[in-house]
Amino acid sequence: MADAKIIPFDDDRSRTGGSARPGRRRGQGPAAASVVGTAAVSALPGQQDASEPQEEPERASRPLGGAEGGGWDRRIAGGLAFLRRRVTGEYDVDEFGYDEELTDQVLMSMLRPVYEKYFRVEVKGIENIPSEGGALIVSNHSGTLPLDGLMLQVAVHDNHPAGRHLRLLAADLVFMLPVVNELARKAGHTLACSEDAERLLRRGEVVGVMPEGFKGIGKPFGERYKLQRFGRGGFVSTALQAGVPIVPCSIVGAEEIYPMIGNSKTLARLLGVPYFPITPTFPWLGPLGAVPLPTKWTIQFGEPISTAGYPVEAAEDPMLMFNLTDQVREQIQHTLYKLLVQRRSVFF
Amino acid sequence: MLVTGAARQLGGRFVRRIQRDPGVDRVIAVDAVAPGHGLGDAEFVTADIRQPAIARVLAEHSVDTVVHLDVSAKAVGTGGRTTVKETNVIGTMQLLGACQKAPSVRRLVVKSSTNVYGSAPRDPAVFTETTPPKSLPSGGFAKDVVEVEGYVRGFARRRPDVAVCVLRFANILGPRADSPLADYLSLPVLPTVFGYDPRLQFVHEDDVVDVLGVASGEPGRGTLNSGTFNIAGDGVLLLSQCSRRLGRPTMPLLLPAVTWVGQALRTFAMTDFSPEQIRLLTHGRVVSTVQMRETLGFHPRFSTAETFAEFARSQGPGLLPPEAVGRAVDRLAARPFAGAGGDGPGITGAGDTEPAPSAR
Repeated sequence: MADAKIIPFDDDRSRTGGSARPGRRRGQGPAAASVVGTAAVSALPGQQDASEPQEEPERASRPLGGAEGGGWDRRIAGGLAFLRRRVTGEYDVDEFGYDEELTDQVLMSMLRPVYEKYFRVEVKGIENIPSEGGALIVSNHSGTLPLDGLMLQVAVHDNHPAGRHLRLLAADLVFMLPVVNELARKAGHTLACSEDAERLLRRGEVVGVMPEGFKGIGKPFGERYKLQRFGRGGFVSTALQAGVPIVPCSIVGAEEIYPMIGNSKTLARLLGVPYFPITPTFPWLGPLGAVPLPTKWTIQFGEPISTAGYPVEAAEDPMLMFNLTDQVREQIQHTLYKLLVQRRSVFF
Repeated sequence: MLVTGAARQLGGRFVRRIQRDPGVDRVIAVDAVAPGHGLGDAEFVTADIRQPAIARVLAEHSVDTVVHLDVSAKAVGTGGRTTVKETNVIGTMQLLGACQKAPSVRRLVVKSSTNVYGSAPRDPAVFTETTPPKSLPSGGFAKDVVEVEGYVRGFARRRPDVAVCVLRFANILGPRADSPLADYLSLPVLPTVFGYDPRLQFVHEDDVVDVLGVASGEPGRGTLNSGTFNIAGDGVLLLSQCSRRLGRPTMPLLLPAVTWVGQALRTFAMTDFSPEQIRLLTHGRVVSTVQMRETLGFHPRFSTAETFAEFARSQGPGLLPPEAVGRAVDRLAARPFAGAGGDGPGITGAGDTEPAPSAR
């Protein structure tokens, strides 16, 4: 960890990216995927739309163009096939409004540069997320804007060997705002309520929750990395009822992206939001002040906490719920301190 | 068997369909106006369910099954919103009062709607039959339905010997659909709420008639047909998908502007663009159909997407038919490459607007 220099790390990233993407695409383009994936990566280093759909039927139709030209043809044709499906509406969404194709091809490609180049996220312990079946990832929440949730989604999506999709639970404010709610639903997020969480977990999805909520994301800079109260611990009883393991997750680096030195309660009440952040740059520099600081992030997934051993009625036992909540909270807090000690600097 | 709301398209189809059922001896169709369509061998009685006369009809024919379909968002012919509300609420009260006095009645089926759940950003993504609505509908058809269901629950308490089945239908669509949502989707340009893409569920008219048959007969083996059930086709469509599949362009408007456009459209009587419909088109609504499958034992023939395809076929092409749009994309793909093959990788900025050499 101590000698995690930037350049070898980026090098490593592009390689893992190249080998992970064909894996995710396995469902769509069976044999061609790995060939296309490597060709695309070698042909265009740093090109971000490398994840256009590749379900090209006549994939071997143009051997003349060589590996590079063939890769391009296929990519363009794949892009057009994608465009065609989009404009004619021939794609599927699930009952939560999750649009897997759009998420994989567009939304993730837009977030990936931020994830790889800006915050240089390092992921540890990805193997703690089970390859199949439901799991509840419980994470700390910070950073004024919920960028940590989005980065967590990219981290699971790009690093997990089974290419699992994280379904985040978001606050109701997200679903009241225009545009934001549309994108959130399409990216697979849903309202943080026990009904939705349980429905997703029973379907065998990986669900991400940040139980600190607004208390965590909107806390002042002085209280960084101090976990707030974990709601009422509803997430534990949901995991228990669905019989899925809880994976604690610690995110380091998100606290410093917007150092919140003040909170204008009047403006917050006026705008109907839970807090109105004042950072050294934010209202003063206008939109420029809303650019997050380029901190270096680490996301660590901890050992899963099994809920299988408890009887069904245990979900009704408040004492047990509080104990389990504290156990999860302490594990996240402990890992946070450990990661902070290991960190060399906020930005590197 | 007594069927109310027989002058409507759906009531008429159900009356014709249920006569063929061997378990049904006689069908009495009731409505305040004479139907414009044939009812087969059914006996039509002109009676307004808002009047106490309906009790006489029930007693005269010693009806054992009552199928109450006269709960609708739209008036038949030219009636205003007041008439609709009266028929829905007062009509249901009168009908239930009559049923309570009629000892012959054994079974009651009520057509309801998933409108009872309302739609709000704070609601869970999927409603089950037991989900309480976060914000009760403040008016319009949704409030009627909430009240109708309240009276039906009261009736079920007072007459425990009557099997009561409430069917909450999602948006009914099909070639002959006659609902506010069908009217909306028939507009040449669909006004939508900017920044929202609601999830919609549809149920096909044929499935509606079938499930009414299941609910009004004796329950099959291992199933139960009394209680409350959500009825919807499988799957979900987003409004953006609907508009693209219909080939109708959308016009995103800010929320207050949508309300004005809705009022304008209502003034010109083009469509019933009510506040509750705007809420549906803002937040969408999806219901769980597990109870319908497992308890009622009904499996719809049409999924949401298939129902919508049927509806789109009956509508004819819109301003931007999906075939034409698809062909335009294909033409883009079929255009010969600007330069030689080696030129391609040089132009990196063009992205997917770059024409591809492989003809598709």
